[in-house]
Amino acid sequence: MSIWEYANPRRFMAWTAKVQPWAWGIAAALCGPGLIWGFFFTPEDFRMGHSVKIIYIHVPSAFIAINAWFMMLVTSLIWLIRRHHVSALAARAAAPIGLVMTVVALLTGAIWGKPMWGTYWEWDPRLTSFLILGLFYLGYIALWEAIEDPDQAADLTAILCLVGTVFAVMSRYAAQFWSQGLHQGASLSLDAEENVADVFWFPLVVTLAGFVALFIALVLMRTRTEIRRRRLHAISLKARLA
Amino acid sequence: MTWLGQYAFDILLAYGLSLLLIVGLIARSVMVSRAMRRKLEDAGE
Repeated sequence: MSIWEYANPRRFMAWTAKVQPWAWGIAAALCGPGLIWGFFFTPEDFRMGHSVKIIYIHVPSAFIAINAWFMMLVTSLIWLIRRHHVSALAARAAAPIGLVMTVVALLTGAIWGKPMWGTYWEWDPRLTSFLILGLFYLGYIALWEAIEDPDQAADLTAILCLVGTVFAVMSRYAAQFWSQGLHQGASLSLDAEENVADVFWFPLVVTLAGFVALFIALVLMRTRTEIRRRRLHAISLKARLA
Repeated sequence: MTWLGQYAFDILLAYGLSLLLIVGLIARSVMVSRAMRRKLEDAGE
């Protein structure tokens, strides 16, 4: 069976009904202990003191904010190339999650920035590109709401997604591109030399994995809702025409 | 929360606002999902 058959709405509803509870379970099993571990059982950082605890919310939310856009990019491309409706609906379902995670990352970054940098906000490359990414999320959601024809809305939002990808990439790599910013480099990286100390790294990885599971659970749930919404719309149209 | 030191307010504010937003997103997603399922059942699906 081709992988694309899983994108059939009926099949999608069937397999996600089985996967979704597992995603919620894994999210709860990782987020809860990860946050408790990070908040209560990690020491002070020698420079940042206990404010380092904000990392357990800030880094996972920023990670999801950026990667939610990349997920939307992939599903938008699938829509544009193969015209699978579920992929367009999955992109629509992910946008509010990405927006909330962007707001969380910006808020926690600002609250953390005040004691560490002496300011809530600075027009630093990473902060600025992140703010623009948040505005793209808002624009993307508004565009879906503004256009009545679902296929036309999917087309235009997919194009907006392609454009916004520039800022998602910049948010991810701005700290490396420009050295004049306040924001430090990556806290987590495949390059071990760049990582935070192990005592902070372990709970951070657990929380991060929990946020990824939470994102998957939310996207599946919200995509199922969008499929039902479309089905309901089709039923009401049919009743009106009969 | 004196064990959090001089940044206690900042830490609690960051966690409080974040959890509020994330729990709000989850709660809204669950409520809309249930409402849509109910409507579809009422429509005979």
